[in-house]
Amino acid sequence: MSHADLLDPAPVFQLKGSMLAITVLELAHNDLARLDHQLSEKVAQAPNFFQNTPLVLALDKLQPGAQRLDLHALLAVCRSHGLRTLAIRANLAEHIAAAQALDLPVLPPSSARERPIGPGATAAPVPAKKPEKPAEPVIRPTRVVTTPVRGGQQIYAPGGDLLVLAPVSAGAELLADGNIHVYAPMRGRALAGIKGNGQARIFCRVLAAELLSIAGRYKVAEDLRRDPNWGEAVHIHLAGDVLNITRL
Amino acid sequence: MAKILVITSGKGGVGKTTTSAAIGTGLALRGHKTVVVDFDVGLRNLDLIMGCERRVVYDFVNVIQGDASLSQALIKDKRLENLYVLAASQTRDKDALSTEGVGRVMDELRESFEYIICDSPAGIEKGAHLAMYFADEAIVVTNPEVSSVRDSDRMLGLLASKSRRSENGEEPIKEHLLLTRYSPDRVTKGEMLGVEDVEEILAIRLLGVIPESQSVLKASNQGIPVILDEQSDAGQAYSDAVERLLGKETPHRFLDVQKKGFLQRLFGGRE
Repeated sequence: MSHADLLDPAPVFQLKGSMLAITVLELAHNDLARLDHQLSEKVAQAPNFFQNTPLVLALDKLQPGAQRLDLHALLAVCRSHGLRTLAIRANLAEHIAAAQALDLPVLPPSSARERPIGPGATAAPVPAKKPEKPAEPVIRPTRVVTTPVRGGQQIYAPGGDLLVLAPVSAGAELLADGNIHVYAPMRGRALAGIKGNGQARIFCRVLAAELLSIAGRYKVAEDLRRDPNWGEAVHIHLAGDVLNITRL
Repeated sequence: MAKILVITSGKGGVGKTTTSAAIGTGLALRGHKTVVVDFDVGLRNLDLIMGCERRVVYDFVNVIQGDASLSQALIKDKRLENLYVLAASQTRDKDALSTEGVGRVMDELRESFEYIICDSPAGIEKGAHLAMYFADEAIVVTNPEVSSVRDSDRMLGLLASKSRRSENGEEPIKEHLLLTRYSPDRVTKGEMLGVEDVEEILAIRLLGVIPESQSVLKASNQGIPVILDEQSDAGQAYSDAVERLLGKETPHRFLDVQKKGFLQRLFGGRE
């Protein structure tokens, strides 16, 4: 390799940050014999899980006052069950010194909450988990009505919005847990957010309603008729305790 | 293929029976074999308006209960070859009607008639329900006033949800609006709803507008369907409606105030 090659400015590496899910073995008791026994039981349950599994040994949850820890022997026990220790997590000077003597990196004690994994636990038995899918958006069903809603008919959209594309006659009643849209003259009753959703709204092409209600607050035709937006395309929402009617 | 047509309204006194008689007669006049069935059990009127009350022996309820055959109960019209009447019973009430019974009679009528006109009673109870239950098309008779329009609207809702067609998920009943007792004069004075107002509220096809006319009352009392009075505006308006029902496009008449001539004004012509 010539000197000129060494001066080539093209980067030979790139530093990247990455989040990895890593198995942490949290030691509660400094009892290597019992650890060995219990680890063999685990391995018997899921042999695939314990094949060169990268591991962080957590010593920070060890019960205080225990006898002196033999880190070298501990690593050997883990290794014999297929666990390859990458680093230890510790807060005691004694443990940190032991790790440095073995040339093992030391991680600071964790404050993040960790979940138990492995057979019998809920998580998938993969040391490096795939990133979780983004949560599916919750789509509430919208009820769509395309035929005229006549007097005496009642239409309810449970848990969602109600959308009407035809006239709603006087004496008809529209109910929804969510919003109500009427893209035609609205001459009947419309009750949005009937289970108390004050964020629900009512939209209509022609305001000629007998009654409008959002989350139990209502206005009857007598009040509505006095509104300057009577007969107009409007949008109704709740402002405090009052139904607000705005032109669309 | 036979067609079952219900004449309905919800409200009483708007002209259902007059319309049933006129439309039935109009269809028969145009060569279609037609039967008009009176569903108003207990308040039978159709036979009076059709002028056959003296020839009623067996009625609709007798046929449903198996006391008489359909051919015994059908009354043939004196004037028209193609027209028959099935009268309602005067001594019974609407509970005498049953869905199976009415369905059986309708099926039997379908075999020999082109048009079956069901004259519905007022209200939305059993009689009215059974009159419209088997229908293929409906003529909703409405007067140009608020309560009648409201009741017709209710009836349209029932036609869309409580009929055999809707229960079987078939094509919905075809709805027609017939505006009766219309007085253009009173509409201009603001005493009556206009055609456009009613059409807008009910949002269905307008089959016809029958003007308020003395000839309707006269025809009813004489037992001659008003459509046979070719001189009267109401008779002509019913003829137009029948044409439209059969698929012809004819302009609507009698919607505007008639200008009175000089002599008429002088001598105060009859309205």
